[in-house]
Amino acid sequence: MDPARKRRIRMVVALSCALLLVGALAYTSFSAASTAVQPSQLLASTNPGESYQLTGKVVDGSVVRSREAIRFRVRDRTSKKSVAVSYIGAVPDPFREGREVIITVRSAGAAAPPHSFVGEKDTLITKCPSKFKESEPGSPASGAKKS
Amino acid sequence: MATVGQACLIFALGFSIYGVGASLVGARTGREALVRSGRRSLYVLFALAAIAFLITEFAFFTSDFHFTVVATHSSTTTPWYYRLAAMWSSQQGSLMLWLTLLAGWSSLCVVMLRGRLRDVAPYAVAVLLGFGAFFTAVMLFSASPFETVPVAPPEGTGLNPLLRHPSMMIHPIMLYSGYTLFTIPFAFAVGALIVRRVDAEWLRATRVYALAAWLALGVGIILGARWSYAELGWGGYWAWDPVENAALLPWLTGTAFLHSVKIQERRGMMKIWNASLVLATGVLAILGTFLVRSGVLDSIHAFVQEGNGVAWFFTALIVVMIVGSVYLVITRRDNALKSESRLDSLLSRESAFLGNNLVLVAIAFVVLWGTFFPLISEALTGQKEAVGPPWFDQYTVPLVLILVLLSGIGPVIAWRRTSWSRLWRSMRVPALVALLVAIGCVIWSPANGAVSAMIMFVVGAFAIATSVQELWRGTRARQAMTGEGPLSAFRLLLARNRARYGGFIVHIGVAVLFIGIAASSSFQSVRDVRLDVGEQTTLDGYTFTYVKPVAKIETQGGRLERITLGSQVRATKDGKFVANLYPNRGYYPAVGSMLGAVSTYFAGESTSEIGLKAGVTKDLWVAETPDISSLMPVVRRGDAVFEKAASQGLEPKARSIFLAAALNGLTTRYRENPPPAQFRVLVSPMVFWIWIGSIIVIIGAVIAAWPAVGGVRDRVRARQAARVAEDLGRA
Repeated sequence: MDPARKRRIRMVVALSCALLLVGALAYTSFSAASTAVQPSQLLASTNPGESYQLTGKVVDGSVVRSREAIRFRVRDRTSKKSVAVSYIGAVPDPFREGREVIITVRSAGAAAPPHSFVGEKDTLITKCPSKFKESEPGSPASGAKKS
Repeated sequence: MATVGQACLIFALGFSIYGVGASLVGARTGREALVRSGRRSLYVLFALAAIAFLITEFAFFTSDFHFTVVATHSSTTTPWYYRLAAMWSSQQGSLMLWLTLLAGWSSLCVVMLRGRLRDVAPYAVAVLLGFGAFFTAVMLFSASPFETVPVAPPEGTGLNPLLRHPSMMIHPIMLYSGYTLFTIPFAFAVGALIVRRVDAEWLRATRVYALAAWLALGVGIILGARWSYAELGWGGYWAWDPVENAALLPWLTGTAFLHSVKIQERRGMMKIWNASLVLATGVLAILGTFLVRSGVLDSIHAFVQEGNGVAWFFTALIVVMIVGSVYLVITRRDNALKSESRLDSLLSRESAFLGNNLVLVAIAFVVLWGTFFPLISEALTGQKEAVGPPWFDQYTVPLVLILVLLSGIGPVIAWRRTSWSRLWRSMRVPALVALLVAIGCVIWSPANGAVSAMIMFVVGAFAIATSVQELWRGTRARQAMTGEGPLSAFRLLLARNRARYGGFIVHIGVAVLFIGIAASSSFQSVRDVRLDVGEQTTLDGYTFTYVKPVAKIETQGGRLERITLGSQVRATKDGKFVANLYPNRGYYPAVGSMLGAVSTYFAGESTSEIGLKAGVTKDLWVAETPDISSLMPVVRRGDAVFEKAASQGLEPKARSIFLAAALNGLTTRYRENPPPAQFRVLVSPMVFWIWIGSIIVIIGAVIAAWPAVGGVRDRVRARQAARVAEDLGRA
């Protein structure tokens, strides 16, 4: 076979493979992705069975640990709108009230109280507390706040 | 001190900008004095950065809370070795570390290359000084470590307890060394493209830095994985987190470059590919720093808030790097980057290396796509979406299987072309080993299948057998020729061809590492369980019993560092004792909070210390989250007592004594009336081999990177020759 033609064929095959990979990546990432939402968006609308990547802050005083699961509420970063989450799985060390978390959730179903969600196992992530620093160490006003 | 440090940064910026100008003008006009001056600016940058670095470290070491960065990232209760490491837990300190490493490695490279690549080096120095100017400017205008307050607070916030782990003292240095070392081949590639001299010399001259970068980044990634396994309390070592991925990306393209560069050296082929790879690796190294430092993607490791000023600096730099790189490659593609020969056969080492490169770049592209998918989806649909680990695994697992298989095929194929019969002769023993492993997998296959893990065992065995066979053949051939003993023949075999045989050892290590990953991720058993003292749970044939609680107060420099609540867990199998494990959680006090005197000790950070019985075949791993809710009523009563006492004028000294007694009482109460605790129990097979494989990779890479005795001699001769030529030119 003519070497130039051979090269062209190789190039076409290589480009086709690359295009296939890109197409597959685009298709599967959109179909497998969880929509990133805040609690107020979940309160507005949810589709049963669909998973969401919920981002927000753990509401103060809402964490309850039981033998089976840990329950807490997650609120918007900037408002008090919150949803209830029940979760089974690894709880990261930095998890605590007031901290920002990311968790993949689904609607808890019609039998559960409204605006209740179930966290998928081992999807709870708490942002590294290096993000937080004291405003004025040693000062009375200092509290964990974002830098 | 802070003023001196700030002055160092200002001078560093000045020298960097001057050096860029001097190097560029010197290179364009051929004025050697200016080129020399530019080079010296790099040394001055290093000296200034090192002084600024040491000043910052000294402030951390002495807990000088006048420095804002020290007050917000360290404390007197932080042990001294963690106080030194606390510097790079901060935005400012890590940028300082980046600058110092960049200037240090760049200066070393320029010193080592003096007299070589005279036309390319000035441009490379200009690029490196450009990076130096960038990081200095970011610190000066956005995140200076030398910001101070007139009155120092009595105590600092303390180092994040999660980062108080030995590997965290080295991990950032390794990662940043990898990133900064990768900027050196990038800078020389830019220089070579500018002067249109893209021959093999600049590749040879900078390959050792690419290899060192690859090694440092690899060590950093492994240390991060080890930290995650031992410290984060979830039992995994890799989570496809954006910051983890950021380190993996340049490592993948760097691996591809280290292979494809061989083809250019040998055959003068793939110049566009190599130039693109090395430029992409440089861009990805900066992108890695950007992801850690900008907070642009949600990550457990994101150190800063989204939308901070640093993000804009980095975005601008990355755009300039990408545009410049694309321009240089496109404008040089028809002359300087023209290939000197063609691929002779698909059955050749060139083809195997090309295949390896395509797979590595495909993995890098998958990781890049998945990491940036939240931004991509937001740009395309207006909705931020994210993909999880299963999505990454779906693509990377098959690609890694192909990669490991190719690592077994590539080294035994001849350059240019080979025949199927010769290939079979080279591979029949490794193929037989792989067949035996495959039969073993079918016979002993666990119920849950895990086909991809089984395939990894087979291709891993094949790759290991190929490399061992090549080492064996080389040693035997040497013995036959020289009559040396097997050990000395093996040692001299490595010494005479470090790159080749070091590479084989790296391949063995990589295969062992992936076998460990496949086994531990596919056959791991995990259970989350809540236990009372005396209760037990079983997992994978092991019985774990919560024997007794453990509670103690730990001090540092006479001050309370943390309260530790944990347990003794006994592991048995078939009634026989296996190990006692001691998982616990350390509670660190919140500094300067408005909380009560006692509750402040439970309001700070808390971190798990796992109980681990590491074994050659299995790891037994236990993490515990004590339920401290039963202690909280007592804690609140204690708060009320201290509040009342304070209002009645309790002396600070007496308060400390009473507080110590109260906390001792709390720990005693926990020991005597332990509440149920939440445990995560894991039985992970072959995790041990991940760390062993990593060590083998490091050994192999060090052997490959170690300069050959002849090489040093040749360089000295070349330098002497260059000086003589220079003198003759002057005469």
